[in-house]
Amino acid sequence: MRIFVHELRGEMLLYSRSRELAFFTFMLPLIFYVLLGSVYGSGDTINGYPGADYLLTGMIGYGVIATAFAGLAIVLVIRRENGVLKRLRGTPLPAWMYISAVLLTTLIAFAVMCLCLIALAMILFGASFPKAPASLVVTVLLGGACFAALGVAITGFIRRAEGASAVINAIYLPVAFISGAFFSQEHFPGVLQKVADVLPLTYFIDLVGDVMLKGTQIWSEPKDVAVIVAWGVAGALLSLRYFRWIPREG
Amino acid sequence: MSSAVSVDALKKSYNGLEALRGVSFEIAQGEIFGLLGPNGAGKTTTVEILEGYRERDGGAVTVLGEDPATAGLDWRERIGVVLQSSSFYDSLTVTENLALFAGYYTRPRPIGDVVELVGLEEKRDDLVRSLSGGQRRRLDLGLALVGDPELVFLDEPTTGFDPEARRRAWQTIASLRELGKTILLTTHYLDEAERLADRVAVVRNGEIVALGPPAELTSAQPATEIRYRRNGEDVVMQTEEPTKLLHELTSQALAAGHELEGLQVRRASLEDVYLTLTREENAE
Repeated sequence: MRIFVHELRGEMLLYSRSRELAFFTFMLPLIFYVLLGSVYGSGDTINGYPGADYLLTGMIGYGVIATAFAGLAIVLVIRRENGVLKRLRGTPLPAWMYISAVLLTTLIAFAVMCLCLIALAMILFGASFPKAPASLVVTVLLGGACFAALGVAITGFIRRAEGASAVINAIYLPVAFISGAFFSQEHFPGVLQKVADVLPLTYFIDLVGDVMLKGTQIWSEPKDVAVIVAWGVAGALLSLRYFRWIPREG
Repeated sequence: MSSAVSVDALKKSYNGLEALRGVSFEIAQGEIFGLLGPNGAGKTTTVEILEGYRERDGGAVTVLGEDPATAGLDWRERIGVVLQSSSFYDSLTVTENLALFAGYYTRPRPIGDVVELVGLEEKRDDLVRSLSGGQRRRLDLGLALVGDPELVFLDEPTTGFDPEARRRAWQTIASLRELGKTILLTTHYLDEAERLADRVAVVRNGEIVALGPPAELTSAQPATEIRYRRNGEDVVMQTEEPTKLLHELTSQALAAGHELEGLQVRRASLEDVYLTLTREENAE
């Protein structure tokens, strides 16, 4: 336990020192929210909800994929390729403890980002406080865990640190767009709707909307939860199979 | 004295190519053992099997009484590893890196001691990304020592150093001997092996072709070399009987009344042994 707390503090320090992570995974959702909010946030209604409230659910969706998937994957690929993971395997730090500390740091960062986002939305655009806050906490943790599992899994398919950001961006930005993180999917063409219907982020944003806007409790939305859990389990299985501590040779 | 490391008939292939073809050696506790050989000879493969990073195909390996392939975290407490390439957290300072890794061990060496041991006192509060190549390598060594291990693996610790940095690193490694550490050092620098190692194994093509103290290896090379200049041309002679030959040469020169210009009498160095072995390799 002492070692776990030590490692967790180390990971938090590393997270706070990383300007890339701070900007892309923490600041960017806040900046996007302010930009989109200043266009649609005051007066407009989207899908029957006040613009400021509606945009908030999408930005929490963008936040989860930027932080737990993209940010985590890029950090792990860089650490693997520069040999830090290999060095860690040479120390008495248990592998599960390292992975747990990294995942927990990611979840904490995402949770804090959600708090900042909600506070910002309420202060700047008069957004309402989430209607089912306890369910929102569970939803945020569930989504964080699912996308973190997918983030760890994707590292096994990326060969070099140089290309990591490009590959990850090429995946997560279109996914965020198609899943309705920035706009309502209502006017999307049919093909895009079909793609959106299988992506976990669609269900996460839907679930966040249910608990924040409608005040539904998380257990009343079994389909959303099931799809998110299924993707998370798939990610975890792929991680177990393809995650590497050591760069591939040749 | 019991062995810290024992390797018997170690074999490893990559895609059907034999990287190690039956390597055997023992390292005594407190010994500095050098694995010397050209790039691709199998040094890193050997060391990484001993460190538990790679699996072997055949043979027996014992490191600190355990098989590295199955050894647990307690065993990792007792070894320190300097990998061939430097790796740490660039956004942390020297002491933050050391403190983070020290926390993984039950009985770490105090951070201040480690900083001093590897000579990074002036850089202790600097971010790692601002360190020079030589300083990064010293931090590597520091991270390997922070758990106060019994056995330290150093994979080419001074590759890419300038001569001054290399001499400093040698002093540090020599000081580890005084702390009673056992060290396995790989290098392709002959002077490094000759200077630091108690015993050296020369590796070539996945096999050990010579093994012994540097002095013994050089005396196994029988010839003494005598060279001088005559009429502007170098004369090089090799002999098993240097006293007799030298006496003849000097007598003739004295009788003829001329000087043996640039006269040198030289015993074979480890470099000669090494070059002989490498030449055999090329002849294959």
